[in-house]
Amino acid sequence: MDMLLGKLSWAAIPTDPIVLVTMAAMALGGIAVFGALTYFKLWGYLWKEWFTTIDHKKIGIMYVIVSMIMLLRGFADAIMMRLQLALAAGGGEGYLHPQHYDQIFTAHGVIMIFFVAMGLVVALMNIVVPLQIGARDVAFPMLNNVSFWLFVAGAGFVMISLVLGEFAATGWLAYPPLSGIEFSPGVGVDYYIWALQISGLGTLLTGVNFFVTIMKMRAPGMTLMKMPIFTWTALCTAILIIAVFPVLTGTLAMLTADRYLGMHFFTNEAGGSPMLYINLIWTWGHPEVYILVLPAFGVFSEVVATFSRKPLFGYKSMVYATVSITVLSFLVWLHHFFTMGAGPSVNAFFGIMTMVIAIPTGVKIFSWLFTMYKGRIRFTVPMLWTMGFLVTFTIGGMTGVLLAVPPADFVVHNSLFLIAHFHNVIIGGVVFGMFAGLTYWFPKMFGFTLNETWGRRSFWFWLTGFYFAFMPLYVLGFMGMTRRLNTYNNPAWDPYLNVAFFGAVLIALGILCTLIQIAVSIRDRKQNADVTGDPWDGRTLEWATSSPAPYYNFAHTPHVHEIDAFWEDKQAGRAYRKPAGYAPIHMPKNRVEGIVLAFFISAFGFAMVWHIWWLAAGGLLASIATFIALTFNTDVDYHIQPDEVEKVENERYAQLENAKGRG
Amino acid sequence: MSELTHQQHDHAHGHEHHHDDTEITVFGFWTYLMSDLILFTSLFIAFAVLHPHVADGPSAKDLFGETLDYVLIETFLLLISSFTFGLAMLASYKQKKQQVIGWLIVTFLFGAGFVGMEINEFSHLVHEGYGPDRSAFLSSFFSLVGTHGLHVSSGLIWMTLLIVQISKFGLTTNVTRRLACLSLFWHFLDIVWILVFSVVYLLGVSS
Amino acid sequence: MSHDHNSHASGHGNLKQYVVGFILSILLTVVPFWMVMNGGFSTGLVLTVIAVTAIVQVAVQLVFFLHLDSSEAQQMNVGAFAYTIMSVAILVIGSIWIMHHLHTNMMM
Repeated sequence: MDMLLGKLSWAAIPTDPIVLVTMAAMALGGIAVFGALTYFKLWGYLWKEWFTTIDHKKIGIMYVIVSMIMLLRGFADAIMMRLQLALAAGGGEGYLHPQHYDQIFTAHGVIMIFFVAMGLVVALMNIVVPLQIGARDVAFPMLNNVSFWLFVAGAGFVMISLVLGEFAATGWLAYPPLSGIEFSPGVGVDYYIWALQISGLGTLLTGVNFFVTIMKMRAPGMTLMKMPIFTWTALCTAILIIAVFPVLTGTLAMLTADRYLGMHFFTNEAGGSPMLYINLIWTWGHPEVYILVLPAFGVFSEVVATFSRKPLFGYKSMVYATVSITVLSFLVWLHHFFTMGAGPSVNAFFGIMTMVIAIPTGVKIFSWLFTMYKGRIRFTVPMLWTMGFLVTFTIGGMTGVLLAVPPADFVVHNSLFLIAHFHNVIIGGVVFGMFAGLTYWFPKMFGFTLNETWGRRSFWFWLTGFYFAFMPLYVLGFMGMTRRLNTYNNPAWDPYLNVAFFGAVLIALGILCTLIQIAVSIRDRKQNADVTGDPWDGRTLEWATSSPAPYYNFAHTPHVHEIDAFWEDKQAGRAYRKPAGYAPIHMPKNRVEGIVLAFFISAFGFAMVWHIWWLAAGGLLASIATFIALTFNTDVDYHIQPDEVEKVENERYAQLENAKGRG
Repeated sequence: MSELTHQQHDHAHGHEHHHDDTEITVFGFWTYLMSDLILFTSLFIAFAVLHPHVADGPSAKDLFGETLDYVLIETFLLLISSFTFGLAMLASYKQKKQQVIGWLIVTFLFGAGFVGMEINEFSHLVHEGYGPDRSAFLSSFFSLVGTHGLHVSSGLIWMTLLIVQISKFGLTTNVTRRLACLSLFWHFLDIVWILVFSVVYLLGVSS
Repeated sequence: MSHDHNSHASGHGNLKQYVVGFILSILLTVVPFWMVMNGGFSTGLVLTVIAVTAIVQVAVQLVFFLHLDSSEAQQMNVGAFAYTIMSVAILVIGSIWIMHHLHTNMMM
């Protein structure tokens, strides 16, 4: 081991041909992007307007971009897995070395959960919540920027592991003893640990940020029971994040202590308990999936009300259902390890609690259906995603209740039945929700709507693709096929796996349609411009602003009287009234400390992975120094003067006049 | 409500903005402390589960049975520092800059005494061959108590920086806001210590 | 213009509060330590006293040092704390129950 470079050496660069091809593709892509940015002299613009921004709207957009890139990587992993099984039928070796295959399914899970789903959820919260509550920004805008760059750092670690070293080969939750130093002596698990610790810190800060924002910065008159439902789900998500991410931090820290300092939390000898890890990690892991799905539920509530032209059915019961799901999500975690041996009394309790949590979820499904009932429905793309969700998520939920019965779970635990179930609810729930939300709020972000045709095509490919890809997996689970197999020798399984592969191809086409949709929409942005800021005849406050919203969000903080505040204003003729004058607006300045802090923390994390102790110490000290320097920085805000506000607002009113003339 | 009153209302909001900033930040910090409580919970759970797993090493009774007076002294140092921080806060409400600095220095000394005693205890244990790599019990002991100690140490660094900022900037809004946050942090750590000494040392020796 | 913000905000103590809290904390610390160090008490009694004095001292410090009370200004703080304690209780009790059963059944 080297003092200068720790474990790092030329041997860290992989020689596997598949990886080399990927590296080449990444390098080419990277060079193309960097080259274009340099050629068009965009670095200054990017730095000033985007990388150092503390504007929640821009931060949200950046989260979307990073998450979509990670979606491509995570999906590539999925295609590789399906291809391996297709080629390994009949007991063959396929084309992937088993160790490589293990890293792929681990990376697939880690990327999809942490860097796609979490990223999109946080993106939507960022873009929408301050606008929905009539605020100018979140409570801690600089911290918001820090959170984003910590997220990027975590994603960066996962990406770098591809070209330097290896990734964890343990599954996405890295159970010990396999993830301990004895059985995973390489750098893979360390990349995993530091990616999650660093991005996890960002997530925790986001949770605190949005909790405080929603509790303390709502517009006057907006009591909790008058908030839009998406904001309610964002609040509950924030609460869950604050309550459970520290458990992830603590548990991974204990694993780190075992790996780096020879401790015995989860080892097989000296009294360690691997089962303790599984217990702790799932106390985080179960609430985590509710962190993902609650905002998706929030999106559906907004979309269904807007496109049924009706207020959401049963607002109060929706709120109570959301809150009870938040509390109940704490009481079910053992259902992830019924088979580990806790016995009948424990299993029975958690099995029953798991079934109970289906009740408030059912209330929500019925509320959405009742909202649609006798509504004047517009089948826009977000509405299609919603309807797809209502059917798909219900099926997934039902298989969940089936799994909640311990004796049933004993048969199908860790089989493809389980895989089918969680993809069913995550894709049907979270992914569909994120696509619905992104389509719905896209005009607010960018000022023009997405192309409907390609959006529809994407939806239908995703919907049919999902069913072809995952319904066979339920059957395979009952037929005894275990998860994470890299080869198999049961011809009865062949037809189902082939159908599943076909499904994956359909989903790939769906993703392709989305990429085309984005390109076409950008090309047609002038025709599809959203000139009023309210392209859907929306109900909540974000639609009262222009599209995109001005950087200060609202010239005057709105005063709220009812639920669906903007709808009420429109009905009462109060909307779009030009005020008599404007006051100065207090705004935070862009900050460089966020990206600098994330850079030094990344240096620290990278050094820890490779055991480069001098760099680790340096990175840590530099991070602390940056944070301290930040507190000595007093040049952090400014005031927008009334004449500047008036200029922006007048442009907006002129645009509205134009739209009226056209319309 | 007429548009003009909206304007005056907003101006009033603008002035109140400074009040809101402190309240919002302090609430945000309190929220962060709640998450910290959960972090300690995960370490407490590990300790509760692992403390009987002594492998071939010593148990809690073996280690602390005879040295509880040491822990009592540590506890008093931290408790006194919590009290003196309160005195610093009282001085800050009266804008008495020098008194604030004075009480903060006293707090720092007691806090540093606590950390010093803890480092001494740890190095003594490691020296005897009872380090964190000896058994699961010792891993969970060192991690739980050590994490608390790291928090206290961070608090000491923060305190030093605040003393510098008070000297440099005076008791400005920013500085008093940070003082309020550190106050929450410091009292919180004493509260966690109550749980640590009760569960780790007292229960460890008695059960 | 001096902005004496803090006198408007809530959550401030006065000297009496800190002194009372300090003295109560000393007592609540000394009692369990003395009982353990002296010995001669039944284990059940000692464990109960340790638990009770700990919980009471936590409450004392929350009220007298951290100024948590039933005032309107503290409502959100108390609410957040209550929710956290509920989560802590679920996690601790649940985990200990589960791990106890696992260790018994799995002989690990």
